[in-house]
Amino acid sequence: MNYLDFEKPLSEIEGKAEELRAMARSNKEMDIEKEAVALDAKAAVLLRDLYKDLSPWRKCLVARHPDRPHCRDYIEALFTEYTPLAGDRNFADDHAVMGGLARLGDQPVMVIGHEKGSDTKSRIERNFGMARPEGYRKAIRLMDMAHRFGLPVITLVDTPGAYPGKGAEERGQAEAIARSTQKCLEIGVPLISVIIGEGGSGGAVAFATANRVAMLEHSVYSVISPEGCASILWKDAEKMREAAEALRLTAQDLQKLGVIDRIIAEPLGGAQRGRTETVAAVGKALETMLAELAGKAPEALVKDRRQKYIAMGSRGLAA
Amino acid sequence: MNWITNYVRPTINSLFSRREVPENLWTKCPECGTMLFHRELKDNLNVCTACDHHMAITPRERFAKLFDGGLFAEVKVPEPLADPLQFRDQKKYPERMRAAQKATGEKDAMLVAEGELARTPIVAVAQDFSFMGGSMGMYVGNAILAAAERAVKMKRPLVLFSAAGGARMQEGILSLMQMPRTTVAVQMLREAGLPYIVVLTHPTTGGVTASYAMLGDVHIAEPNALICFAGPRVIEQTIREKLPEGFQRAEYLLDHGMLDRVTHRRDMRDELATVLRMLMKLPPAVRGDLPAPEAGAASPADAAAKDSAAAKPAETKPAATAKGGDTKPADAKSAPAKAPDAKGSGTKAT
Repeated sequence: MNYLDFEKPLSEIEGKAEELRAMARSNKEMDIEKEAVALDAKAAVLLRDLYKDLSPWRKCLVARHPDRPHCRDYIEALFTEYTPLAGDRNFADDHAVMGGLARLGDQPVMVIGHEKGSDTKSRIERNFGMARPEGYRKAIRLMDMAHRFGLPVITLVDTPGAYPGKGAEERGQAEAIARSTQKCLEIGVPLISVIIGEGGSGGAVAFATANRVAMLEHSVYSVISPEGCASILWKDAEKMREAAEALRLTAQDLQKLGVIDRIIAEPLGGAQRGRTETVAAVGKALETMLAELAGKAPEALVKDRRQKYIAMGSRGLAA
Repeated sequence: MNWITNYVRPTINSLFSRREVPENLWTKCPECGTMLFHRELKDNLNVCTACDHHMAITPRERFAKLFDGGLFAEVKVPEPLADPLQFRDQKKYPERMRAAQKATGEKDAMLVAEGELARTPIVAVAQDFSFMGGSMGMYVGNAILAAAERAVKMKRPLVLFSAAGGARMQEGILSLMQMPRTTVAVQMLREAGLPYIVVLTHPTTGGVTASYAMLGDVHIAEPNALICFAGPRVIEQTIREKLPEGFQRAEYLLDHGMLDRVTHRRDMRDELATVLRMLMKLPPAVRGDLPAPEAGAASPADAAAKDSAAAKPAETKPAATAKGGDTKPADAKSAPAKAPDAKGSGTKAT
């Protein structure tokens, strides 16, 4: 278990309980079970308190937690016959973006998402989930294919943002994102998006301009990272807590603003403490959202999606 | 002490500050350092007469030179919610807004107008970098939607001048949502079969580039404009190397296939007219400065005529008498423009 900084008191208690049990295993004489159970209870209370009212900044940390289920975990657990489709037919295949045909239940769909990787090697290969233009162009190609064959599109968003690199800029990062958002708005099939971790700015919008957008309870979605915002507006990157607060990037605030449609609950202590439950909860939400859109005419899906974005911003948090 | 600080020093200061007034008449070119006289600079569209450096220009100044006779009518933009997030950094967002409004005299960072460009009826929308860095918030989104709707209604092409540091952080996620919102606006134009031309000016970055600024039918940039998604500083921090000279500048983007043309501000009006008239299947444009079209031609329907009058009061009164929407030009050199204007492109609305 990787503990976050704010979980340190918890790691101490859980560590002690673990130590006691280890001692008992090597020395059968010792009766520590009572103490260990007491520590467990203390840890449970502490965990509940820590997660009861997570501050926006702590939510950012949880959303970035390396042990959270990533796109690949969802695809493997929720879909069958996943057949990855690679390449943008122009330049390269971007490993920061996974995508392909798969079945959700019996329903064939196109699934697309950012993948951050789970260890040093795969993180580098996946570029930490930061897509280059090729990633967006692959997504455009897959969305277009889904449109032509009448398959719903499911996107799983988990990116710190589009990759700010030299080559990415040369090959038209901005244009690729713009076209991907445009494609999202064009396709006459249901488009459902779940923000499973970080929804980083334009790199997220390019996938998440959808008929239905859901967010995991502790995921975040923002125009800029709190660190970036702090360094620009506060002239001090260390003010990320204040920036996270001001940006209103939590699922709870975004639902109030009408930017997202649904919040998917996470297990106590975050998705990283209950990966299977989290994945299952996302699967259930996907099925519900797909059912909501089933039978809608292609034109209606396009119109509804556009209307939703035109109307967006008409309600603030004050009300 | 009191007597000195309260009386003597202010008096001395006021003497000096009076003498400093002429300084405002001169602008130093940030590129070559030449001192430019304000009138000369204005006549040259805020382009340095020595080195051709393109400085910022406000939407009003730009429109005054873009439209025939400087006549244009403002298109009303629906007001968004003020401060939807109750955002506060070191200052409150409404305070920053008030300061920007006071400094610029504008409501927000976008101005929408309609009028004629070389006798070609258009809708134009320009971003104001002097207003909070031109940042894209809900007002900017509303402006682009309003411009697109107006263009579709009037069957006119839309010309957009972009200039922005990106999304407006103080509107948080709602500024990000202007990326899909403005993309919807672009789609309205596409579906109506109307040209959408983007003129990218310095700087166009972030979410603005990654939405409406990169979705034009034709992309024209002003020379040396910085155009990018991630800014050079961010990239240098990420890849930890120095970027080459001219990286992400207009000419560089032209080389990399992201732009159609790089055009001097002086030639922009002619070039827009040329391209637009071909796309609209109109005969070639009339060159040179044209007087304002006749009353009723450029300020139709609900657009507030008073705004256009404010833009250039002296030149908005063409001599010719308008009759039944006949747009016969007032002077001889614009005669060839007669035929196209009479065609049903919405200019004759009365």
